[in-house]
Amino acid sequence: MTRAAAAILRKDLLIEVRTKQSVPAMALFSVTAFVLFHFGLDRDRLDGELASGVLWVTLLLATVLAVNRLFAHEREQGGLDGLLLAPIDRTAVFVAKAVALYLYLVLLELVAIPAYAILLLGPSPVDQLPALIAVLALANLGLATVGALVAALAAEARARDLLVPLLLLPLLTPVLIAAARATEPLFAVHPETGELGKWAGVLGLYDLVFVLLSVAVFDFLLED
Amino acid sequence: MIELVGVSRRYGERLALDDVSVSLGDGQTLGVFGANGAGKTTLLRLLATLLRPHAGTARVLGCELPGEAWKVRGRVGYLGHDPLLYRDLTARENLTFHARLHGVATERVDAVLAGVGMQRRAEDPVRNLSRGMVQRVATARALLHDPPLLLLDEPRANLDPKAAELLEPLIGRESGRTRVLVTHDVEGGLAESDVVLGLRRGRAEIAGSADARALRGLYT
Repeated sequence: MTRAAAAILRKDLLIEVRTKQSVPAMALFSVTAFVLFHFGLDRDRLDGELASGVLWVTLLLATVLAVNRLFAHEREQGGLDGLLLAPIDRTAVFVAKAVALYLYLVLLELVAIPAYAILLLGPSPVDQLPALIAVLALANLGLATVGALVAALAAEARARDLLVPLLLLPLLTPVLIAAARATEPLFAVHPETGELGKWAGVLGLYDLVFVLLSVAVFDFLLED
Repeated sequence: MIELVGVSRRYGERLALDDVSVSLGDGQTLGVFGANGAGKTTLLRLLATLLRPHAGTARVLGCELPGEAWKVRGRVGYLGHDPLLYRDLTARENLTFHARLHGVATERVDAVLAGVGMQRRAEDPVRNLSRGMVQRVATARALLHDPPLLLLDEPRANLDPKAAELLEPLIGRESGRTRVLVTHDVEGGLAESDVVLGLRRGRAEIAGSADARALRGLYT
């Protein structure tokens, strides 16, 4: 399975590097959203729960863009049949797609977090960076796992552009809540890490459940 | 090698294949004929394990479908309407990707590219290749893992006479492989076939042997 997953991941990353479709769109969307929040809220600086909420809603919506594109090359270029004809464990497809989405999210955050800090965020996140990275890492795992699952589910659907957000956003609501709650004290004027452990635990549990669920059902999603 | 007994397949309410039975031995060629929408592509996809039969028994390469589909995958060379190639990758990158999926040594990529006469354009993105060249690379993809069974849907479409001649030893009768050949070329297809299957609206109107006149009747 590792060999097949590595081959699919390598192919996806090569196509992304060549076409630059997902990550630049996610980054551009996020920066645009921050600017819109700036004007919509009529605020120069955000902190605490509002800062945390704005960041995570933006990242969540940017994820929808990538999930919509996750199987685009298979769909548009007939590659899905190529994958299905290969003698591979289909879980390899899930692993490759989830890892690709995870990497896209990391690249997005490398752009979006500094942009957020410059455009909207009041307190500097620099001192809280290790805790913030831990929350992002856990949340990304949930986003990538559920994103890959929903992308596969919608891959062959006619109304996939509607289906992806309608399925993805409710499924990711627990990630949004836990990640926002975990981030909130990090963005406070007087940062603290009091409840970070509790919400990180919620994120970890969510990740575990959906990783196991995805591995169990993914094969059936790609069946005729 | 292939044995279908009473196989049916639906798309919603529409029967795409209706009670189709046919058998084919090792090294033989099954010619599949029929007008557009007759069920030819559905049959090919079913044999490739991309679709499940909804009724009947299907055995391919000694394995029952869909239960043992995983044993069939990787032993079938499928050349359908879509080339199953990524347009943003080069011909070589596409074949290397498929070689990795099939556990084939990547050195074989050069051999199959040479076999289809595409080694000079191997580094070109597939989107920059002509239709005929794409068809040649798709043929290389289908042959990469040296499958004993070839499922071919109009395999000579878009090929110029020289390219068709080049591919003949690879996908023609002289390849020695068992083949299922979907074609609208009645005379050519008939000459290549050991067994014929004539489909009309999913039903096997002709199964076994037929002359060209009977097969042309499928298109009226």
